[in-house]
Amino acid sequence: MNGRPLVQLAILFGSLSLISIGGANVLIPEIHRQVVETYAWLDSASFTRLFAISQAAPGPNVMLASIIGWHIAGLSGLMVATIAILTPPAIIALLAGRGIRHWSGSRAIRVFTGGLVPLALGLMLASGVVAARAASGGLAGYMITGAVGLAVFFTRRNPLLWMGLGMIAFMLAQRL
Amino acid sequence: MSAGPAPPPRLQDLFLGFLKIGLMGFGGVAAVARHVIVVERAWLDDEDYGQLIGLCQALPGANTVNAAVMLGDRYRGLAGALVCVVGIMAAPLAILVAAATTYDRIAGYPLARLALTGAAVSAAGLVLGTAAKLLVRARPSPISWACAAAALIAVAAFRVPLPWALACLAPLGLAGAAWSSRRR
Repeated sequence: MNGRPLVQLAILFGSLSLISIGGANVLIPEIHRQVVETYAWLDSASFTRLFAISQAAPGPNVMLASIIGWHIAGLSGLMVATIAILTPPAIIALLAGRGIRHWSGSRAIRVFTGGLVPLALGLMLASGVVAARAASGGLAGYMITGAVGLAVFFTRRNPLLWMGLGMIAFMLAQRL
Repeated sequence: MSAGPAPPPRLQDLFLGFLKIGLMGFGGVAAVARHVIVVERAWLDDEDYGQLIGLCQALPGANTVNAAVMLGDRYRGLAGALVCVVGIMAAPLAILVAAATTYDRIAGYPLARLALTGAAVSAAGLVLGTAAKLLVRARPSPISWACAAAALIAVAAFRVPLPWALACLAPLGLAGAAWSSRRR
């Protein structure tokens, strides 16, 4: 197998992982830009479908990187992309976890989380908007995105239920 | 951490606990992670868990993977951290390979494409709903609300690259949080 995509995958996801404050879902717009526009590995529609599979699958949301790696370079691509997006944050978490045992200053942590968590969540909202746009589902698509969003926001049911209903509703809307 | 008399969990307990979190995390791992760590295994109490996840949310990387690293390291050092991460990733990766293989086989069919577009617009709603829920729950200060809104507008409307958005807004968010915590 050609080694170059593997190196590119490692560099792309390794560097993006360092700015994935709040989780890999904040990276959706950036991954879309890089994978579709910069590297042209995928068209926007294929990206959308891989995004859908990665959200429906169980597990941490880094799975988007894994499935893109799979699509580009098979099993070795999946492993490289997964390890690349996991390792830098894991090292930071390890050091942070060890450091916290020695810090008494809980105010520093309060400022740190209070300052960054809302920002990360704002970025995650942007990810949802970009993903909805990339899906190109038309008016029906936007309406279902909004309905699923409201359902997840206002209820405590498993979000997978709403995702399944949304998918069925979209298929019916397109076929009618 | 409340230093109870309970011995630290063994490596195989950590592995099995996080394997379960990965396996059961359909629709998001957050809820099942809390259940396994706090209720079922009693590795942490609710307050410690809340603090751990709060910190993980502000660090780069997936929250539950960060929590896995920190918990594993706390109880069993580097080996513990590694075992927890492998545990949480093993089942989801296997399921993902199965899903991706199926996808490669059916991607040509129009009905499959339609279904996946439907799943994608729904998944976008899931991301939006989850983020909005967490944002309200975080009770941001007015400055933090402004930061979140600025991040949303910059990236969604103006497609500002993420590194730039973070470089501009993270110092602002931190300064705001420092200021409001001083007033308290």
